[in-house]
Amino acid sequence: MRIPILKLKEYLLVSVQIELDDQTALQFQEDILNKIHEEGSRGVVIDLTSVDFIDSFIAKVLGDVVDMSNLMGAKVVLTGIQPAVAITLVDMGILMHGVPTALDLEQGLEKLQQELEG
Amino acid sequence: MSQTCVEVRSEWSIVAARQAGRTIAKEVGFGSVDQARITTAISELARNIYLYAKVGEICIEKVVEANKVGVKVSASDNGPGIKDLRRVMEDGYTTSGGLGAGLPGVKRLMDEFLIDSKEGEGTKIHAVKWLR
Repeated sequence: MRIPILKLKEYLLVSVQIELDDQTALQFQEDILNKIHEEGSRGVVIDLTSVDFIDSFIAKVLGDVVDMSNLMGAKVVLTGIQPAVAITLVDMGILMHGVPTALDLEQGLEKLQQELEG
Repeated sequence: MSQTCVEVRSEWSIVAARQAGRTIAKEVGFGSVDQARITTAISELARNIYLYAKVGEICIEKVVEANKVGVKVSASDNGPGIKDLRRVMEDGYTTSGGLGAGLPGVKRLMDEFLIDSKEGEGTKIHAVKWLR
């Protein structure tokens, strides 16, 4: 299973709408980095509105995507993290420090714009 | 009470185990936050089996006790066992390059947590979440 990555001007948009198994998550990590490289994207929004749980493995993959993209020169913002997911992650002791987040796609794009201009 | 068991021997069975868990948690009447807690706990336990023991089993059942009801998750394997139980319950301790949040995380997500592991024999974990 592949997660579709959409291009919008200098940004990439991703909406995760399937249950993430380990392989899909790792494939997604690779796909997004390749797409940043191909398109010369400056920013990425990964929307997690439809994701109803995040375990330590998926949290690590997402955190790594942010770090890896930063190394390449692209900013990543995670958006739409559900209340249940936020509660569970903090319960687990996973605080995702240094990972930019926003309430929804719209605010995520605004945040990207600010970060890239500022 | 009937229980659902999933044999864990691939990454796909991790998905199957947590889907089974979510279904039962929903049936028992848990809200979305506790459903996420139970699903996440199962995912961590199933991944541990897959990573360290290769093969094992996750069983999920509804439990009724006195005047409370809940979901019990049992994970068992005949893998290498855990050498230092105290260390694996510490946040951030990992031998797999992960976040080291797995077992201490499961303990915090659930209400009851019991682990029994013998080196060379395997590991058994029971975790219960009660409906409030």
